[in-house]
Amino acid sequence: MSSETGQQHPLGIYYKIWILLFVLSTCSYLVDYFNVQGGMRWTLVIVFMLLKAGFIVAVFMHVMWERLALIVTLLGPPVVLLLLIGFMTVEGKYTFGNRVDYRGDDANAMPLSPSDIHGEEEH
Amino acid sequence: MSEIALNDGAEPQAGIDGLVGDWSADKQTYNVPWGKLMMWLFLVSDTFIFTCFLTGYLNVRLTTTQPWPVQSEIFALSFGGDPIPLILIAIMTFILITSSGTMALAVNFGYRRDRKRTALLMCITALFGMSFVGMQAFEWSKLILEEGVRPWENPFGAPQFGSVFFMITGFHGAHVTAGVIYLFIIARKVWLGHYEKTNYEIVEITGLYWHFVDLVWVFIFAFFYLL
Repeated sequence: MSSETGQQHPLGIYYKIWILLFVLSTCSYLVDYFNVQGGMRWTLVIVFMLLKAGFIVAVFMHVMWERLALIVTLLGPPVVLLLLIGFMTVEGKYTFGNRVDYRGDDANAMPLSPSDIHGEEEH
Repeated sequence: MSEIALNDGAEPQAGIDGLVGDWSADKQTYNVPWGKLMMWLFLVSDTFIFTCFLTGYLNVRLTTTQPWPVQSEIFALSFGGDPIPLILIAIMTFILITSSGTMALAVNFGYRRDRKRTALLMCITALFGMSFVGMQAFEWSKLILEEGVRPWENPFGAPQFGSVFFMITGFHGAHVTAGVIYLFIIARKVWLGHYEKTNYEIVEITGLYWHFVDLVWVFIFAFFYLL
């Protein structure tokens, strides 16, 4: 890939990725539509999310055709964010535990839905 | 670009050797136009901002002992019959993906120097972006006016839901709005032929920003609406 021509690729790959993104989005929507819950929901949603993000970055943003020097510069720094996410998860769980243990909060409170609030006439 | 010295016309090395070569050889490190590199660095910094927001969301959601509202019921919409869960958000997702596709085509036609079609595709992309922002405005007004969701309270459960919702979707919506304006400005300049003397990298740079906005939505859709 010479820098004179820029990122010039056949149109076909864009159409293929475009369709793939539609399929993946539909799949993640169907996870909610069919009310899949628990570990299966997390797994499916995160797998579809990472696939979509990967295809957008790799093909639409042309990262798969860039030199390794640029790829490392772009994708390297965000990796440290995983550390932040990990720390905040541990910290968050600890805070939640304290609130239940020492403040007597209910750990299993149930949310209200719009139909609970507006009554059934909305349906 | 003429000022980028490729190593005497030889094909640059790939892989790790190429990485070492790019950094150690007597030449510019990155073989991309400076504008594109600057846009990428901006997007990397924006990644940090959005990740901090989403991590903040993760933290308040883990720490609150009040129940988290059920998103699929709150964002349900009924078209005459039973409410369909999360349908508006799904439509917004599809719109943003469609706009990403038209943007990718615009970049491609830009490098083919097909300037009319490039400008047209960029305008279509911007129109999809505008419809996205319009739907978001509808969603916000429904939540604020009909459901009484506020940044500090809501009738469903944890009050943090409102602050997280308004902050994250608001910040993303501001990015989409800025992108729409950016797209229209560049599309006009492309149409007028202002970039005839360049390689139309500007379209790719605009595209990077637009795809990034779509990319952020992928994460918001998964973490805020689905999980």
